[in-house]
Amino acid sequence: MSEKKRSKYIIIPCSGIGKALGTITRRATYIVTEELLPNDTDSICLPLLTIEDEETVQKIRQTPCITVDGCVAQCAKKNVEHHQGKLKGEIKILDVIKENPKLKPGNVLDIGPDGEKLARKTAEKIVKIIGDKS
Amino acid sequence: MKIKPKIGLISCSGEGLPEGMISRVATRRILEERDDVVTICLPLFLAGGQEERDFAKDNPCITVDGCGKMCAAKGVQMYGKVHPKSSIVISDIAEKHEHLKPKSKSRIESQDEKLVEETMKRITEEIGRVEEEEE
Repeated sequence: MSEKKRSKYIIIPCSGIGKALGTITRRATYIVTEELLPNDTDSICLPLLTIEDEETVQKIRQTPCITVDGCVAQCAKKNVEHHQGKLKGEIKILDVIKENPKLKPGNVLDIGPDGEKLARKTAEKIVKIIGDKS
Repeated sequence: MKIKPKIGLISCSGEGLPEGMISRVATRRILEERDDVVTICLPLFLAGGQEERDFAKDNPCITVDGCGKMCAAKGVQMYGKVHPKSSIVISDIAEKHEHLKPKSKSRIESQDEKLVEETMKRITEEIGRVEEEEE
């Protein structure tokens, strides 16, 4: 029996620089792309979408994307939608915080142990989305 | 009395390269040290409204980019319709000091601290220069 080849997912965090939640999106993305599913996932620089880099726009149109946003502005999701990217899932860190009210993240430069836990929980959600879609 | 606008410090924070992490950390540390600078999340230029797009018109900007694609500098030009007052590129700084080239995009390693410091020094110099120009 041949093994079904899963398509590679692109995980796109907002990486917002104003709040710790932006750092959590980034950390969660690296947990998935470097530790949990390094062969099935990749990331891109979100700013390349903001400046309409043609190669990056084509990439998100051809590859399933999961966005991870730190605030209500949802920059990652909106940048992907604006370019008609293949959006297969979206995560809002504010939802992860609501589900884990006892976890209090640190700051932008150091999210602290609770921030790391929130990043792990976010990473698990990303992995679940990929599992459910495959 | 004319209120002096704060300097806009915009980092690419690129996720795909180690230099993006350096731009992010150096920018954030400067923001925490000084009260004459402000920032905006770069992707907000597209995702936000007119207020976000006007950020670069309202604040003389210094961009801090990780690589030669210069997303922050281009973002200011595309959405703000102005040129940044100064553009800093981490890969250029690292090139001048080969031993400073960062390896990890997900964390600042102890050996990356020197590059972060060099970048902060450069940002501080440029803030001084732009403030002088604006006076």
